[in-house]
Amino acid sequence: MLGNDSEKATRRHFLAVAGGVALAPLLLRSARATPDTMGAAIREVVGEAPVREGKIALELPPLVENGNAVPMTVTVESPMTAAEYVKRIHVFNEKNPQPVIATFHLGPRAGKAKVSTRVRLADSQKVVAIAELSDGSFWSASADMIVTLAACLEESP
Amino acid sequence: MTQALVNVPAKAKRGEVIEIKTLISHPMETGYRHDTNGAPIPRDIIHTFVARYNGEEVFRADLHPAIAANPFITFFTLASESGVIELTWTPDHGEPVTQKANITVE
Repeated sequence: MLGNDSEKATRRHFLAVAGGVALAPLLLRSARATPDTMGAAIREVVGEAPVREGKIALELPPLVENGNAVPMTVTVESPMTAAEYVKRIHVFNEKNPQPVIATFHLGPRAGKAKVSTRVRLADSQKVVAIAELSDGSFWSASADMIVTLAACLEESP
Repeated sequence: MTQALVNVPAKAKRGEVIEIKTLISHPMETGYRHDTNGAPIPRDIIHTFVARYNGEEVFRADLHPAIAANPFITFFTLASESGVIELTWTPDHGEPVTQKANITVE
């Protein structure tokens, strides 16, 4: 019985994946990253390493009217010494056409692990920032955003 | 013409952590939009930003279409010695843009 269930689940999963693949070309214009593709993009960066929550803060406004330029600041708690520093900060999203937003490369010379920029968000979604430290550990923070006017995926006038 | 604005403190104490603010005018065309005839508008973004302090790379950013038009980036660095901070933006098409700022460290 148990085996049967899991087999069903596998088949259902397979059908869902197959359906998604078959539909993909039809939906190409509205193709978007999904939580799954974001997860895959994150795995590509961190590999098998565990990602823990903490040490990193991701500041984004919880509600934005215009997704075309959303201010974002990422800060990582780190002494930024030669022995212990932030190597990289990766930023991902769930629903833009691509799951990656940016990668920032730092070093002990940065003095302070804090970076600000402005991002585009195509929809209300979750943004995830991951800090890669010099000891090889990964730390994450996320922010859920509501975007009332999405960044332009629509046709230009 | 692509214009870049940078804000680097002119003077700093040795060992001080300074903030560098940068802004460059660029459409950051995502490659996902279409023109009025339905033809796709090709991607044209600044994909790399690098900061060098007296020749040594101190900060780098890999950018994707999810960075807003006219990329604004701020970061920090340690004021170690007097010299030049050189900032370079590299677009998909065209020549990289470089802006230099002098800093005096006391």
